[in-house]
Amino acid sequence: MITAIGSKTVSSVSALGRIGIFSWQMFRWLVPGLFQWRTWTRAMPLFYEVGNRTLPVILITGTFVGLVLAIQSYDQLRAAGFEDRMGVLVTLSLVKELGPVLAGIMVAGRVGGALTAELGTMRVTEQISALRVMGTDPIRQLVVPRFLACLLLTPLLTFFCDLCGSLAGWFIAVVLKGIPSQAYWYYVADAVETWDVSVGFGKSIVFGGGIALIACYKGFFCRTGAEGVGRACTESFVASFIMILVTDFFIGTLFTGLYVGIYGFKSLV
Amino acid sequence: MQPETTTESSKTPPKEIIRLVDVHKHFGDLVVLDGITVGLRAGQTTVIIGESGSGKSVILKHIIRLLRPTRGEVHYQDQRIDLLPEAELAPIRARFGFLFQLSALFDSMTVGQNIAFPIHELTRRSHSEIEEDVKRKLALVGLDGTQNMWPAELSGGQMKRVALARAIALDPEIILYDEPTTGLDPPRADVINELIIKLQRELGVTSVVVTHDMASAGKVSDRVLMLYRGKFIFDGTPEEILRSEDQRVRCFVEGHCYEEDRRTL
Ligand SMILES: Nc1ncnc2c1ncn2[C@@H]1O[C@H](COP(=O)(O)OP(=O)(O)OP(=O)(O)O)[C@@H](O)[C@H]1O
Ligand SMILES: [Mg+2]
Repeated sequence: MITAIGSKTVSSVSALGRIGIFSWQMFRWLVPGLFQWRTWTRAMPLFYEVGNRTLPVILITGTFVGLVLAIQSYDQLRAAGFEDRMGVLVTLSLVKELGPVLAGIMVAGRVGGALTAELGTMRVTEQISALRVMGTDPIRQLVVPRFLACLLLTPLLTFFCDLCGSLAGWFIAVVLKGIPSQAYWYYVADAVETWDVSVGFGKSIVFGGGIALIACYKGFFCRTGAEGVGRACTESFVASFIMILVTDFFIGTLFTGLYVGIYGFKSLV
Repeated sequence: MQPETTTESSKTPPKEIIRLVDVHKHFGDLVVLDGITVGLRAGQTTVIIGESGSGKSVILKHIIRLLRPTRGEVHYQDQRIDLLPEAELAPIRARFGFLFQLSALFDSMTVGQNIAFPIHELTRRSHSEIEEDVKRKLALVGLDGTQNMWPAELSGGQMKRVALARAIALDPEIILYDEPTTGLDPPRADVINELIIKLQRELGVTSVVVTHDMASAGKVSDRVLMLYRGKFIFDGTPEEILRSEDQRVRCFVEGHCYEEDRRTL
């Protein structure tokens, strides 16, 4: 029992070590690669791929989460006499938490799995070895452009998620419940600060980069056979999902603490 | 059992371009190579035979450093390559062509792009020059005109030939062929044999060919090595192997099944 726990710990620590080395190798190619035209021509089709795969689901998710938040909170807020400020609740939850997390999860599901499957298949059919034989670094060739695509597009997708959610909240509040539009936006503008928006986007950048690294790592080192690829995809999604929730917690704690330290507590009501 | 595989470089003039020295390779508990020492001479064609799963592909992958020995050394010319970092291997690998057993064509690229890829990566040739190169290499394997097809649209044998065209795209000095004729019809297989011979005669290419095809082995090789349970049990010319008394070698050459396998049936 203890040895089982021990060996599990050792293997997870060494897995973390390997993914750390993998990330380091990726960054070593990334930094000079940013100034090379080739990197961007390789990344272009991937931008399209990531956006195309995820934008529709993200728009739907954002809209419905906005609707649900508004519906669920309206009665309580009205009972307290705060229904004017419904926009604050909806928008702030989306910008700070739900937008980045939901966009991250959608990217992990729609893009991360596909990346793992693609690279895993390349690994199993020795295409990655073929790249090495031809004197090309597979990390530079395959991982850097995928990393860039996820890193840069996840914040954009988060923005669309936030936008749809806020509009959905507005729709419930103003169109269905008759709250004055002006009041709705006044409180939103008052409550949502640059700080909140920045932390939200910061999170989404971290999630995007993390998803790409996890997905590519799992694909690169997947076991042989079609079964190995399938397993790597599942593992990749689960690992990304956990990474998103855990880093979300830590980033949230850190920046809330920082905010209070710098500006002091701010009441929203 | 001490196999007759030690190098005899002292009496033969051509230089040994690749040397494996006491190479052991283990995958976990599985011992695949169990102390292999061999030198391959420039300009010669060496055929490696051996039963399926005996580690022939593993040997080729050691020569080009896709795998590292668990113990032992791999030399290319005067350089020990098994310790070199990946980044320093690129110029060495550029002198090699490697035909993968399963072709390993990039399935996100067309046939033409696959063959152009190594040329594009490692040289500064212009677009039209590369196009010309691709055309010539495809013609060599009888597939000119398929430039715009996708690998998924090809048959297994066609993929193999495209992969061969890609392996020789940069006119390498050394070509490692992993089962070049497997899955080809007999006339096509013979075209590949002729191609191997032609590359050796005209360009002085050093070749290592892994094959199960004894006809092909007899035709192309200067030297035959037989791998058995992690060691070479035969090293000699294609004529010598036909006269070998060793039961394991005879079974392979004549296509009999091993005595112990027959008993388990
Ligand atoms: N990367 C690897 N990880 C683990 N085991 C491996 C790896 N590569 C090869 N092996 C094992 O090494 C052994 C030899 O494999 P290899 O591919 O060299 O056989 P082979 O002689 O080429 O056979 P075939 O004629 O069927 O191609 C096999 O048992 C295989 O399972
Ligand atoms: Mg093989």
